[in-house]
Amino acid sequence: MSEGLLGFEGFRLILGMVIALSFASVNALFLVWLERKVSGHIQLRPGPMEVGPHGVLQTAADALKLIGKELILPLKADKKLFFLAPVLVFTPVLVGFLVLPFSPGLIIHDMNLGVLLVFAFSTITVLAILTGGWASNNKYALLGAVRSVAQNVAYEIPLLLAVMSIVLMVHSLSFSHIVVLQKNVWFVFLQPLACLIYLIAATAETNRAPFDIPEAESELVAGFHTEYSGMGFGLYFLAEYTNMFIVCAVATSLFFGGWNGLFGISLGIPGVFWFLFKTYFLIFVIMWVRWTFPRVRFDQLMNFSWKVMIPLSLVNLVITAIVVKII
Amino acid sequence: MDTSGLNFILQAAFWVTVALTISGAAIAVFPRNILYNVLGLALALIGVSGFYLYLGSLFVALMQLLIYVGAICIAIVFAIMLSRPLHVDIPPRSAGKVWLGILAATVFFIGAAGVALKTNWQAAAGHVYKASQWSVQNIGNALLTRYELVFEVISLVLLVAIIGAVITAGFSRRISS
Repeated sequence: MSEGLLGFEGFRLILGMVIALSFASVNALFLVWLERKVSGHIQLRPGPMEVGPHGVLQTAADALKLIGKELILPLKADKKLFFLAPVLVFTPVLVGFLVLPFSPGLIIHDMNLGVLLVFAFSTITVLAILTGGWASNNKYALLGAVRSVAQNVAYEIPLLLAVMSIVLMVHSLSFSHIVVLQKNVWFVFLQPLACLIYLIAATAETNRAPFDIPEAESELVAGFHTEYSGMGFGLYFLAEYTNMFIVCAVATSLFFGGWNGLFGISLGIPGVFWFLFKTYFLIFVIMWVRWTFPRVRFDQLMNFSWKVMIPLSLVNLVITAIVVKII
Repeated sequence: MDTSGLNFILQAAFWVTVALTISGAAIAVFPRNILYNVLGLALALIGVSGFYLYLGSLFVALMQLLIYVGAICIAIVFAIMLSRPLHVDIPPRSAGKVWLGILAATVFFIGAAGVALKTNWQAAAGHVYKASQWSVQNIGNALLTRYELVFEVISLVLLVAIIGAVITAGFSRRISS
C-alpha cells in the first residue's frame, strides 16, 4: 500500500473523488426533479413540465438561480460556524463514495472496513446540522437542530444493530465481500427484519418524511436551514440528496445483492446497472413513503425507536448470533 | 519510487494531526461558548483517530470516530439546551472551578506522562503500515482475554450511568406530574 500511495492508488483516489463529486451533483439534480415528479403524480398533477421535456432541466435552472443568489448572514449569527456548517455537512457524504461497490472493478478504494467507514463518517453530518442550526441564532433553526440530534441518536442504534447482524453473518466489514456472498441469495431473504429496520432507520437518519421533524415546515419554518440562502442552502440540499443515495446504495449492497442479479440470474446486464437500478428503486420507495405517510409526532418518533426498533433489532441480533453459532 | 518524498508527506501529515489535536483541545477548553467547546472536542478526537491511523490501525481509528465523535460528542451536545443565547452576556469564570480543572488536568498529565516515560518503546520493524498486528480478531481476542476485567468494569460504568439516568428521569417526572 505504501509504495502506491502517491502512484497508482493515489491517482485512483483523486480521480475517484472528482468523479464522485460530479456524480453527486448530477445525482442531486436528478433526484430533486424525480422527487417533484413523484410527488406530483401521487397528488394527481404532472409536476414540473415547462423547462425541457417533462421538466428535466427545471432543477438545473433552479441550481443556477441558487448559485447566483446572495449569501445572507443573519445579524447576530455566528459568522464562522454559519459558513462552516454547510461545508461540514457535505464532507462525510463524499467519504461514503470511497467504498461504495458499484461493480466488481468499479469501486474507488476496496477496503476491509468499508461498512464501518461509511457509518463512522455519517455521524459528522449531525454535528454539522447542529452547528448550522445553532449558529443561525434563530429559535426555529435551533429547535430543528436539537430535534435532529435527538432523532439521530435514537435511530443510529437500530441502524447499526441491523447492519451488525449482517456483519455477524458474513464475518466481514468489506462491501465487496458482502456483495460477493449474495451471488445466489440476497440477504434480504435471510434477514428480512434487519432489512426493514435498516430502511426505517435510514429514512429517519436522512431526515426524510415521515421522520422529517427537524425541518417540519408546518411548525419550524424550515428547521435547521431556515436562515440559509443561496448556495449555503444549496449545499444542505445537495448533502441531503447525496445522503439518500448513499443510504440506498448501502442498503443495496448489504441486503439486495449489490451488483448481482436476482437468484444468480443477471440477464446479461452489467453489474453497475443492476446496482444503480436497485439503488434508484429504493430511493423511489423512500420518496413514495414521504408523499404517502403523514409526519409523526416527536414523542411518537422517540417511542418508536426506543420501544420498538431497538428491542427488535437486539432480538434479531441475538437470534442471528445463535443461528450463526449453531450452523 | 522516491520514498523520501513519501516520508516527508507522512511526517507532515503527522505534525498536521498533532496541530489539529492540540488546537482542538484548546478550543474545547478556552472559549466561553459551549458549542465551540463541543466542536473543539470533536476536532481533538478526530485528531486522535488520525494518530491511530498513523499507527496503522484503521479499525481503532474508525471506532474512535464512531464512538467518541459520533456518540460522546453528540451526547454532550444536549448541553446546548442549557446554554445561553448568543446575545446574552457571559458571566466571568469562577476561580475555584478553574483551579480544580487545572488540578485535575495536572494529575492526569503526570499520570499519562509517567506511563509514557516508563514504557519501553520499540521502533516498529519495517514500515508504519502494519495492519495485521491490529486486526479486528486480535483486538477482539485481547479484549476478551487479557483485558477482560477492564472491559467488564467499563461496561459496569455504563450500566451505572444508565440506571442513574433512568432514576433521575423517573423522579423528576413524578415530581412534575
